[in-house]
Order: sequence, then structure tokens, then C-alpha cells
Amino acid sequence: MSKLRTLLTGTMVAASVLASAAAFSAAHAESVLRRGNGDEPATLDPHIAQGIPEFNIQIDLFEGLVAWAADGGTMPGVAESWTISDDGLTYTFKLRHDAKWSNGDPVTAGDFVYSFQRAMDPKTASEYAFILFPIKNAEDVNGGKLPVGDLGVTAPDPYTVVITLGKSTPYFLESLKHSMAFPVHKATVDAYGDQWTRPEHMVSNGPFKLAEWVPQGHVTVVKSNTFHDAADVKLDKVEFLPIPDQNAELSSFRAGELDVTYEVPNNQIGWIRENLKDEFRNGAYLGTYYYAFNVTAAPFKDNLALRKALSYAIDRDVLSEKVIADGSLPAYSWVPPGLKGYEQQTGDWAKETQAQRVEEAKKFFAESGAPKDLSVELLYNTSDNHKKIAIAIAAMWKQVLGISTTLRNEEWKVYLDSRDEKNFQIARAAWIGDYPDPNTFLELYATTGKLNPSGWVNQNYIDLFNKAANTQDLAARAKIMQDAEDVLMADMPMIPVYHYAFKHLVAKNVQGWVNNIMNYHPDRFVTISN
Amino acid sequence: MTQTSSPTRTPADASAVKPRKIQGRSLWQNALRRLMRNKAAVASIGVLLVIVIVCCFGQLLRPYAIDDVAWDAIGAPPDANHWFGSDQNGRDLFVRVLFGGRISLAVGLIATIVSLVIGVLYGATAGFLGGKIDSAMMRFVDILYSLPFMFFVILLMVILGRNILLIFVAIGAVEWLDMARIVRGQTLSIKRREFIEAAHASGVSTWNIIRRHIVPNTLGPVVVYTTLTVPKVILLESFLSFLGLGVQEPMTSWGVLISDGAANMEIAPWMLVWPALFLAVTLFCLNFIGDGIRDALDPKDR
Amino acid sequence: MLAFTIRRLLGAIPTLLIIIAIAFFMMRVAPGGPFDGERKLPPEIERNLEQRYHLNDPLPVQFAHYLGDILQGDFGPSFKYKDYSVTELILKGFSVSAVVGGIALVIAMVIGGTLGSIAALKQNTGTDFTVMAVAMTGITVPNFVVAPLAALVLGVFLHWLPVRGWGDFDQAILPIAALALPYIAYIARLTRGSMIEVLRSNFIRTARAKGLPDRVMIVRHAMRAALLPVISYLGPAAAGIITGSVVIEQIFGIPGIGRYFVQGALNRDYTLVMGVVVFYGALIILFNLIVDLLYGLLDPRVRLD
Repeated sequence: MSKLRTLLTGTMVAASVLASAAAFSAAHAESVLRRGNGDEPATLDPHIAQGIPEFNIQIDLFEGLVAWAADGGTMPGVAESWTISDDGLTYTFKLRHDAKWSNGDPVTAGDFVYSFQRAMDPKTASEYAFILFPIKNAEDVNGGKLPVGDLGVTAPDPYTVVITLGKSTPYFLESLKHSMAFPVHKATVDAYGDQWTRPEHMVSNGPFKLAEWVPQGHVTVVKSNTFHDAADVKLDKVEFLPIPDQNAELSSFRAGELDVTYEVPNNQIGWIRENLKDEFRNGAYLGTYYYAFNVTAAPFKDNLALRKALSYAIDRDVLSEKVIADGSLPAYSWVPPGLKGYEQQTGDWAKETQAQRVEEAKKFFAESGAPKDLSVELLYNTSDNHKKIAIAIAAMWKQVLGISTTLRNEEWKVYLDSRDEKNFQIARAAWIGDYPDPNTFLELYATTGKLNPSGWVNQNYIDLFNKAANTQDLAARAKIMQDAEDVLMADMPMIPVYHYAFKHLVAKNVQGWVNNIMNYHPDRFVTISN
Repeated sequence: MTQTSSPTRTPADASAVKPRKIQGRSLWQNALRRLMRNKAAVASIGVLLVIVIVCCFGQLLRPYAIDDVAWDAIGAPPDANHWFGSDQNGRDLFVRVLFGGRISLAVGLIATIVSLVIGVLYGATAGFLGGKIDSAMMRFVDILYSLPFMFFVILLMVILGRNILLIFVAIGAVEWLDMARIVRGQTLSIKRREFIEAAHASGVSTWNIIRRHIVPNTLGPVVVYTTLTVPKVILLESFLSFLGLGVQEPMTSWGVLISDGAANMEIAPWMLVWPALFLAVTLFCLNFIGDGIRDALDPKDR
Repeated sequence: MLAFTIRRLLGAIPTLLIIIAIAFFMMRVAPGGPFDGERKLPPEIERNLEQRYHLNDPLPVQFAHYLGDILQGDFGPSFKYKDYSVTELILKGFSVSAVVGGIALVIAMVIGGTLGSIAALKQNTGTDFTVMAVAMTGITVPNFVVAPLAALVLGVFLHWLPVRGWGDFDQAILPIAALALPYIAYIARLTRGSMIEVLRSNFIRTARAKGLPDRVMIVRHAMRAALLPVISYLGPAAAGIITGSVVIEQIFGIPGIGRYFVQGALNRDYTLVMGVVVFYGALIILFNLIVDLLYGLLDPRVRLD
């Protein structure tokens, strides 16, 4: 046994000597950013990825036709300019001539045609395929009804990409910022198949290239010298560290082992506001936390008054300020604030005082015909935050309406199954926007196949939603979408609880990390001062 | 199980067997008498009783219910109103720790007894019978060790619904495995001894040999391991709660309170300290009681 | 003994097959699938995924395919970590977990055994009480409390040790200590218990009466007999400790295998779950075989049959 120990210790000492030697030289030569990145990335293939941890890495590794600006906005990417036809159906992109893959190959229009076809190919089995469904024939290609060659993406010459849409989509440029629209290097994918995303194989076209990937350990990307804007990329290296435990992440940050956190633990926010004031970044994030009613079964089926009573009885100010207290905003509407040209439809009740809402809640409850000692069940997936909120809201319902609430927590996948099977009365849920357009929110309740958690189907709403989709004029479109949201809020198949806030700790010597509603932060704009 | 004949416990070395005078008192009465002479054990029993009584009735001292929230006392430190402070929902921790104690003590007691009984009988039987039967029984244990516990719990919940009794089933189903292996190991080492062979030769049935000779001779490690099982099951219960099978809010348990407290250890240490303290004191008591029982049952020690 | 070992190793094959079969169907009957998420997928996308991961065949057919694949040593690609095969993930993770767990195990046995023996020799003294109080604390305070507390005090406040990461010697100290702690406590407790038992038995009394020095006597006689229950416990415990702990790995950022046992199941990563189940099952069988062989060595009265 002692032999074993000596051997193991010896190995570790040797490893540590090597590692610290590397660290020593690194400290002098390199500018390194260490980012907490939530969970281990599920994949680094941009066409298969779907989560935020993956995406954070991919916007460093790849560059699409359009790119992410530091503030989450849109800027030219591989395309230096583009034109959109008057009917909104044809997008013509002119590619820059100095765009290169990390192996030196030029990035051409053919790469994009291949990449879009690969992304839509049913064999790729992309979970986020729907984000490109606005492209002509995309849905049929993905469904296996048409060959990939029929996809509406063509390359009339090596530096021009033409994308034809099935129907006009005002937010289409935003969709092109998704990893689904990133180019991949065909020769590499063909040569290595499933293994092409390994550090020793991957060829990418972004400001950084993949250097190391230890599953559950770290993903390290280093500056790519072939990137067209390499001169302005100041970081030499970015380390993405999977740290799913937020308390552990906070400890790492405080110990100086991390420059940027992925999140911060909600219960420590008070402490952070006091002690890490300058490092704390907090602001509106494009997401809504809500409670879905199951409108396909009693007691909430066909009982608007009861749904309203429960919604009005929640004191969202207390919830946002005292219980959640992480900078999130009380929600009275489905679409979160901060979307340009769109006015949230909160209804009159948002402007009332909570005392007034309580009165109305009691009135609605009386009207609803529900028994005085009504008992409801609230389903949530296991998490400290969801638990805390559920306890608070159950207490509010009890105080205002006198109803008792059974709390039912389930493990995530069981919870999703219960929700799909409509095996619940009220369920906690959340929706995070994919792009800064109300469409990303409104579409959830426009699904006819009862894909929304509430099981709510409203023809009037669907008609308005489709009408908006076919409206060219942006102001008119916004107006129609607002009407749609009005319909939704009037029928209240769900209770908006709060609009999310992003929360990060960013070390003081990190510059160029810009707060933004999409909460994406390309590292090509980040610098570290000493 | 009262016996009036000679002690069931046989000395570890069979050569030491001497005729013993029949004492007219049962083994268990003797043991109890000896236990009562063990000061640490008696004190522990006293403390444990106090904890049980406090957990059952203590909340009558306070005007709070287990689910009363106070928005102004979120994460508040202990004071004259909230003796143990408040949790992240402003609920009184004193009341919650006591309520949690009921669940945890019940789980600790019942689940441990379940695992104890199954484990000891299973292990002794396998070890004593030996051969193919032992081999098959132990392979069954290997299988249970290897199966993914989480799916077992989820399926239990899906098939039988959520029910507090399932906690005991789920925990009992896994916790007896270690016990079975330990008892089997002991059995293998004692079954070849003369007094067992002698019992065999004189026609005592297998079941009676297991019951009267094998099991009592494994009691030492069994008692020790039992005191180790209690904290395990109490903490395992909080994992079941995570999966949705354990106690559901607003009800709570020490395991759940401790895991909540762990997330708040720096900003609200009282959330961790109080349930951990109660659990620790309980386990210390059980430990001393366990040692006392073992000594009391040990014939060599008279 | 050789025949016994060979027989047991052959017997491991049906045992593993039963484990695989039960685990496979248990997992697949449980609600939720690998591709369920907040966003319910459109049917065509769901179909593409099922096709790619061969989830559209009837369950028994899938099971037959799976068995065929693992007989060829192919555990398939992970459903969650899509760029890696299950075999790769397990091997990579285990190479780390085995180091952390192996060292922790040795430390636990040495310290736990020593503490337990000392406590037994000084039964009912202050030393005994102190050792057992420390051990009980180690058992009472779970690692999800010890690990973050240690990181906070030793890493954040005192800056003595790094909080997370893997590769440097000093990064390994906290996780190994946190992993070993409860096992030290268990082993100390078990050793003390059986040591007391043995010390009271006649052969030790005789040895003591003959004037053998305590140390010799303990090592030569008492230790061997006292080890039995500890060894019984250590079989499965060793399999557990060298496959890591999800809590320790996540808090200290150790790229080990322990998280896959919990995360794999939570993600319904079917192939990964099966991979770790088979791997863990094999370890359990192996370690329990070693334990049985050790019984024979430690106590000549135990006959292996």
C-alpha cells in the first residue's frame, strides 16, 4: 500500500512541478481570462449545441455572417455588408476577403452553404434546428421531406451568400447570431466525423481557437492569429471552467482563482452587494419566470376568475425585493421589458397598489365559485430558488385567499414529464428569449399542439400571432404583437412572476465586459489590466 | 425474545466455555441491569429522551407555525422572538428544527431497524449456510449495490406515489447491504468454531443455531455499525427530498435543514449550526448507548 | 484459492448481465428522456434525435443492440456529452478519481485504523473519548458541509490552499482530505469496536499474560482478528471511494467520474448511466472477491468454498 501511495504522490508531484512551471511562464507572457461557465459543455459542435455554456465558448471560437457586438448588438461578421430585399425575403451577404479558418484556409460562401445544409440535415439531429426554420424549405429539409440541396441558401460567387426566406422574418439577422448559423470547416468535419471538435482536430474561424478540453475540467481557447480582426483581440487565452455549484464558484472568485463568474448564488446577493460592490454586475435579462395553470383540467379549466384571483394575490414587490432580491423585476406581463419598439402589455392591474389588487383578488375568488377551503397543488423542479419562491407564494395565497397549497417538488426530468402529461395544477416554469424580439416569447403560447405548459389554445391569439409574422411594417407588427399579448394576459393561462436579472461578478481589472440584456459577452472585446 | 437458559452469547474463544450457573434472570434483564450501571449510556438515554420530548412538544413554547413566513425576518439571526433565527423565507428556525427532528428521528430509528434486521438475518444465513447458497445470496447483494439508486427511487415514486412510508422502504432497501456483508464476514469466521459444531452435532436446527449462536456473536460489530447507519440514513433522507420522495415543504427534516444551512453557512450560520447541533448530540447519545448495549450484552465483561 | 477465484470471476459474468438488464429497463421505464428540456421539441426534431440515437426501436430490440455493442467493448456515445464516447469519459474521469480516491483510501485506512486501535487500547479514557468525538463529528458532518467550509476557511480566508482545480499538488489536498474524512471516521469507529472485542478474548489475554509487549501483540494478533468487520465494510466502500464523489468533485472542480453517477442519471444520459453501472458493478464484484480472499488470509478458520 505504501508503495502505491509513493507512486501516486510521485506522479502528482511531477505533474505539479510541470504545471507550476507552465504557470510561471504564463504569468509573465500571457493575458488570461478565467471564466466560470456553469455546466460542462455538452458539445462544441455549433450545430448540435443548445445551451448557454456551449454558446459562451462558441461565440469565441466561431464567427457567423453577422457577429455579436460587445453590448449584445449585431455587427458585421464574416459578411462585411448585406442587403435585404423589399419584401423581406432575400438577404444578400457580401463576405470579407480576409476571413480565414484557423488553419489558414479562406472562409468562403461555399462554407456557409455547406454549414447551413449540415445544420438542417436530419442526420445532424440538431435540437435547435427550429431557429433557422424561417429559411425557405428549412422545415421540410429538417423533416426529411426535401433533400438538403433544396435549402434556401446559395452561393452565386465565393464571396456572396444569398439566403431566401419562406416568409418575412424581421428578426432574422438575430437568428443568424445563433450558433446554428455558424460555419464549420467541411474538410475537418469530413475527416474526423464525431471527433472533429477535439482540440487536436478542430478548425474554426473565430477570434479564438480551441487549445485544450478536459471534460469536467476546463476548455481553453487561445487567440487565433488568422482571425481578420486579430490585431484588436487583446486576450491571449480564455479558460472556461465548468462550475455548476454557485457557492463553489463564489469561493473561487473570492480566492482570486476566477475573473468572471457565470452566476452568483441568490442567497448571497445581500452579502455581495455589501462586500463585492464594484465587482457585482446586475441588470435586466431577457427572461420571464412564471407559474403555468393547467387549463385543461379542474380547477383552473374555464375558470378565469380563479386564475386571476391567484395572480392578483401575489405581492410581487415583496417577492422581488425581499424573497428573490437579485435585481429581478416584478412581472405583470409575459414579454419582458427592454425590447426596442415594443410595449409590454401589463394591463391596468399593474398600475394598482397591492392593497387594491388584494381586494380584487378576493372578489375574483368569490366569483370563481371555488370552495372557501380550496386546496391547490404547486409543482416545481428541485432547486433552492424555486422552493423559496413557492413557499412565499403559497404563504401569500393563504394570507389573501385562505387557500392551502401543497408543494410538490420533482427532479427536473420527472417534472418535465409531469408537465408534458399535464399531470399538475400549477407548475413553475421559465422562458428565456433566444433573440431580442417579442416573437421569441409570443411563439410559446401560439403553438397549437398544446406544446405550451398551460395547454392553452386560443384561436384569436394564434391569428394575431400569424398576422404579425406576415406584417412588414415594424411599427404595425409591434402593435399586432401587443394585441396578441393583450389577449394572452386577459385570459391569464399563466401567472407572470418576475422578469429575470443577470448576475455576474467581474474582477475589477477586466475591461470591455459590457452588461447587456442577452447576457452574451464575446471575449474578443475584453482586456485585462494589471 | 426472553430466554431463561444459559447466555446465548458464547465467548469468542470456545475453550473458554465454562459451565455457568443459571441465574434465574433473563439475559435481557441482566443486560438491562448492566446497561443501567453504565453512566455514559444512562446519561445519553436521558439526553435523547429530552430531545424527543422537545421535538414533540417544544413548538408549543413558541407562537409560530412551521409555515409562518415573515418578510421582515428573512435570514434574520437569533433573537428574543426567533430563538434559533429565521430561514431564507423568514420562517422560525426553532420550530422548524424541532419538527425536522420528528422526521429525522423517525427515519433514523425505523430505517435503521429495517436495515439492521434484514442485514443481520441475511448476512448470518448466507455466511452460515455457505457454499452455493452463500454465493448466490452475496451475488444478489452485489447486484443491489450496483443498481442506480436514483432510478430505483424515481420508479418507486412513480409506481407507488409519494408517500412518507416509501422513505423507509427506499432507505431500508439499500442500507442493509453493508450490514449483511459485515455479519456474513463475522459468521464465516465463527461458524467453524467448536461450540457451533457442537450445537450442530447435538441436533440444534439451523435456524436456531443462527438465531441463538451466530447472531449474538456478531453483535459487537453490528452495534457499532448500527450507530454508523443512523447518521447515514438521516442524511440520505435529504437526498430523497431532492428527488421528490422525501419530506415535502413546508415539512422538513434535519438532513434538509443541514443542506439548506450548508448553502448559507457564511451569511446565516445559524441555519446550519442548530440542526447540525441537534443531529450531532443525538448521534453522540446513540453512540454511547450503542457502546453500553454492546458491553451489557457481552458475557466476558461481567 | 485459485480455483475459488476463477469460479468467482466466471460467476461475475451472469451477475453483471443481470445488473445490466435490470439497470437498463429500470432506467428506461423511469419518466423523462435525454432530450427533454424546457422547450418541448417539434416532432420532426424529436424524430431526428430518436433516429440518430436509435431510440425508436422497441425496447427489447434496443436492449439486444446494446448488449451486442458492449460485448464488443462499445458503450456508445454519451447522450449528454455528445462529443465523447462513454468509454472515453469513464477512462478519463476514472484516471483522476482513482488517484484522489486511492490516496484518500490509504489515508483513511492508516489514520482510521491507528485512531481506532489507540481508542480501543485506551478504552473509556480521555484519549478514547476524544478520538471517538472527532470520529463522530466526521460522520455527523456531511461532505457537503465540510467541503465548502474547508474551501472558505483554508482557501478564501487564509489563502493557504487553492479552492479548485486539478493538476497541482496543492489542489489535491483539500479534495483528498474531504473525501477521506468520513471514511477515517467510519474505519476508526469499526476498528475500535472490533479491537475491543478482540482484546477481551482469551487468546489476547493469554498473550498479555505471557508478557508480550502491547505493540507486538496488537500487530501480530489483535489487528488481524479485528480487521474482519473493517474489511467487510471496506469492500464496497473502496469501490465507492475510488469512483469519487459528486459533491467533492463539483466543489473542488475535480474532473473525476463521481459526478457521472448522479448527473448521468439526472440527465437521463442512458449510455453514460449504463457505462458507470457496468463499471461500478465490476468494481464491486472485484472488491468483494478480494475481501473474501482476505478473510481466508486473516482468519484461517474461514474456508472459501
